[in-house]
Amino acid sequence: MSHTPFIIGAYVVALLGFGGLLVASLLARRRIKRELGHRGLERR
Amino acid sequence: MASLHVLANPARFRRFSQKVLPVLSGATALVLAVGLYLALVESPPDYQQGETVRIMFIHVPSAWLAMAGYALLAGLGAALLVWRHPLAALMARAAAPVGAVFAAVCLLTGSLWGRPMWGTYWVWDARLTSMLLLFFLYLGHIALSRAYDDAERGDRAAAILALVGVINLPVIKFSVDWWNTLHQPASVMKLGGPSIHPAILTPLMVMAAALLLLFVVLVMVRTETEIDRRRLDAAERAQ
Repeated sequence: MSHTPFIIGAYVVALLGFGGLLVASLLARRRIKRELGHRGLERR
Repeated sequence: MASLHVLANPARFRRFSQKVLPVLSGATALVLAVGLYLALVESPPDYQQGETVRIMFIHVPSAWLAMAGYALLAGLGAALLVWRHPLAALMARAAAPVGAVFAAVCLLTGSLWGRPMWGTYWVWDARLTSMLLLFFLYLGHIALSRAYDDAERGDRAAAILALVGVINLPVIKFSVDWWNTLHQPASVMKLGGPSIHPAILTPLMVMAAALLLLFVVLVMVRTETEIDRRRLDAAERAQ
């Protein structure tokens, strides 16, 4: 049995999990900032 | 400890994180790049596991951080329930999904390691089952904190779950000693020091440092978001 697909699979899982969470967190951050801006509540 | 207390004020935490986050993000990218180079290029195959040992460089730090993240949730739960720490609820809301992802990555990468090494993706042994329970505790925390219209009630309910669930952490850690498990016993964090060759231990520790930095960055970014979300909710209620 070749172990390579399992190794690649593990790194893809990590990339999707950590990368996905990072992107989702940054997008949520930007969305909230924009919403605060629309309401004139942004912090200086 | 006094400096941590100063950061209990959400506005002060926000100013602190805005200063620290760019430095931490840069350090995360740098340490992760070095860690991946060591893990995928520089480190030799293990004498038993062969190339599959490379899965350990993600799996093991993910497990450590999933457990550390839950200890953080329990600490924040205590800070909320005992001292009504104003930042604790917001940081717990921010940290729970991060811990859940680390627990999921630990379970999935462990499964992908288990198939070639053990001949199976999953066994119901004490270590794997207690780790799965940790993942469900994270999901329960996320669900409870969002289950009430009154956010403070949700935060308190989730804090109680975090404190009750912390009993699972020593079960995970010592499951391999208390029961006869397919999962191997501790080889890094144990009395007498690590029993791993430095050629494998070095990339493992560098990857652990990289993922710790990533964990901190994620929690800080998400805490900032939660602080602003609470402000937005308060503004909407005031209208």
